[in-house]
Amino acid sequence: MTEVAVVAFAQSAHVRDSAESSEVEMVLPVLHDALGQVGLTTARIDFTCSGSSDYLAGRAFSFTMALDGVGAWPPIAESHVEMDGAWALYEAWVKLRTGRAETALVYAWGKSSPGRLRDVLTRQLDPYCLAPLWPDSVSLAALQAQALIDAGATDEKRLAAIAARNRTAARANPHAQLTDDRTDTDYVVRPLRRHDCPPISDGAAAVVLAAGDTARRLCARPAWIRGIDHRIEAHALGLRDLTTSPSTRLAAERAGSFTAPVQLAELHAPFTAQEVVLRDALRLTDDVTVNPSGGALAANPVMAAGLIRIGEAAARIHTGAADRALAHATSGPCLQQNLVAVLEGADHG
Amino acid sequence: MADEPVAVIGIGQTKHAAARRDVSLAGLVREAAGRALADARLDWPDVDAVVIGKAPDFFEGVMMPELYLAEALGAVGKPMMRVHTAGSVGGSTALVAADLVAARVHRTVLTVAFEKQSESNAMWGLSLPIPFQQPLLAGAGGFFAPHVRAYLRRSGAPEDVGALVAYKDRRNALKNPYAHLHEDDLTLERVLASPMLWDPIRYSETCPSSDGACAMVLTDAVGARRAPHPPAWVHGRAMRSEPTMFAGKDYVSPRAGRDCAAEVYRQAGITDPRREIDVAELYVPFSWYEPMWLENLGFAAEGEGWRLTESRATALDGDLPVNPSGGVLSTNPIGASGMLRFAEAALQVRGLAGEHQVDGARRALGHAYGGGSQFFAMWLVGSERPDS
Repeated sequence: MTEVAVVAFAQSAHVRDSAESSEVEMVLPVLHDALGQVGLTTARIDFTCSGSSDYLAGRAFSFTMALDGVGAWPPIAESHVEMDGAWALYEAWVKLRTGRAETALVYAWGKSSPGRLRDVLTRQLDPYCLAPLWPDSVSLAALQAQALIDAGATDEKRLAAIAARNRTAARANPHAQLTDDRTDTDYVVRPLRRHDCPPISDGAAAVVLAAGDTARRLCARPAWIRGIDHRIEAHALGLRDLTTSPSTRLAAERAGSFTAPVQLAELHAPFTAQEVVLRDALRLTDDVTVNPSGGALAANPVMAAGLIRIGEAAARIHTGAADRALAHATSGPCLQQNLVAVLEGADHG
Repeated sequence: MADEPVAVIGIGQTKHAAARRDVSLAGLVREAAGRALADARLDWPDVDAVVIGKAPDFFEGVMMPELYLAEALGAVGKPMMRVHTAGSVGGSTALVAADLVAARVHRTVLTVAFEKQSESNAMWGLSLPIPFQQPLLAGAGGFFAPHVRAYLRRSGAPEDVGALVAYKDRRNALKNPYAHLHEDDLTLERVLASPMLWDPIRYSETCPSSDGACAMVLTDAVGARRAPHPPAWVHGRAMRSEPTMFAGKDYVSPRAGRDCAAEVYRQAGITDPRREIDVAELYVPFSWYEPMWLENLGFAAEGEGWRLTESRATALDGDLPVNPSGGVLSTNPIGASGMLRFAEAALQVRGLAGEHQVDGARRALGHAYGGGSQFFAMWLVGSERPDS
């Protein structure tokens, strides 16, 4: 079966407010950065797929305008998921596995600044019974954090250490938005303090995938996708144990992440307490480097943050900093849906 | 190793209506999915993954509704993906599901598309103010009418061809128990007498706004052997996109549509679509798009599509029946409309289309488009396994 690798990754600087640029203006330089790394053009890409959400932009069909940034002329083979770009990458991976494409461009963007993100995300919830109560994303994450503390899995001090570690790591990441490692901040929603929560970000990312020998030709050290899988859990919070993530565990098993140790993991954990849940589900030991980029606590462009985790893990394989890495993306409240990819540098195609 | 052959072994749809107040969003998708599983004689645990599609989230006011619908579609513990490619989404969603089977990532995939337009107002959903861009021109009709006018001028078509299409499709819908509009007393004269909305498009030449869902079960060669009813086999499938607007765009016959059809025909070994395809389900939300797409898809030469329609070749008993289901003109839950076209094509080659069955249909085209005529998704299905 066709082996597929990440051969290029690019991202924007992530900022609190990008009012001065449109989505096309935000996405276009990132696309050209990724394509430029492998010397490709839009016309030579076999398949293109993007991830985004209309609700962030506040208008229907917002992705049609972003497509203009690709320069889809002559017409291209293209698709879009109304999800994080990590799932757009999954769709592209499937396409390459069919053998009907050799290369794929995957991109994602999120502009949170036009609206109030905490309000906007309530619209993800059960529209009849839950959304009318407007429980916001930070409050739901606080429920999860409190459940973990009650279960003895963590405490506020250890959560603060997670925040400090991620944001200190982000100082080496020129794209990061937050590098302030202060942990004496005020409560937002108990038990979560400001430092336990992600920044609100505008940003974009792009990845180029390639199959087999094409990947070897385009990249000195491709990041081979050894396995990738995603799983969803029940939406109703009352049906879930928020202290565990069975969907992450199952996705990791299916992606083959437990067959050999990984050296680093990029986890899409916007809230500190979610890193605790994910480390347990993924059986990450203390010798695994977690979020060398700073993770979603340093920059959280919604709909791109998951794709960035795959890109950051791949970039470390490209440079030789790691041979085997894990990347994780999440969607929905309290880690409802999770994707795990295992990337390797050793050529096994 | 070649692609795994992909078979459609289950098809389900809801009864479509202006407002399905008897069901929630979850109830609506489950109605279609349950019927598709029953057709395939499978149960929820037999499904390996779910691929769901719909048009803008603003139509129901739920952001990323796949999250809320996970339980209703039996997806808990499974992979679930959400596709969104504007009006073509129902087709694109089916194609993503087909790729999962073709790539041997999953054996049996449930794909669902829906829209519950009564939960919101489609005109409002499409008309949110956008800074620094032109406002949408009074809904989709306002956008498409000038392109229809351009087609009329270019082709010299008589002005009543659109009415012929509307009358034909609405008559076909009377044979489809799931169709939204059942206008028993409609006559050609009434279509022509209906109010002019966006010249040259009259009220009876426009699609309704519907609640509804469509679902299909796709599987591999082994799964097809176990299916209780004849499968439809996927012989060709493709998506193509081009930019929304630029100086070189041909809105009457977009190149992305022509390229997409050419790729599907290449895969299916079709060299003369007019002779080799037995039935076509085309995405025709405004009547004039039937002759326009007949040209774009290679069934007629440029400027000649209206002659096919006028000669009644596209009638249910013509030699190239188009939209035997009644089409988008009779049923339009936007997110599901593309999948309904794909599903009708599959029903036809399975011989299971009931009263609107085209005799001896062996190869059928399912077609969807979206955005400003910029996104295209198509498949060609057949009664025979493609490699046999």
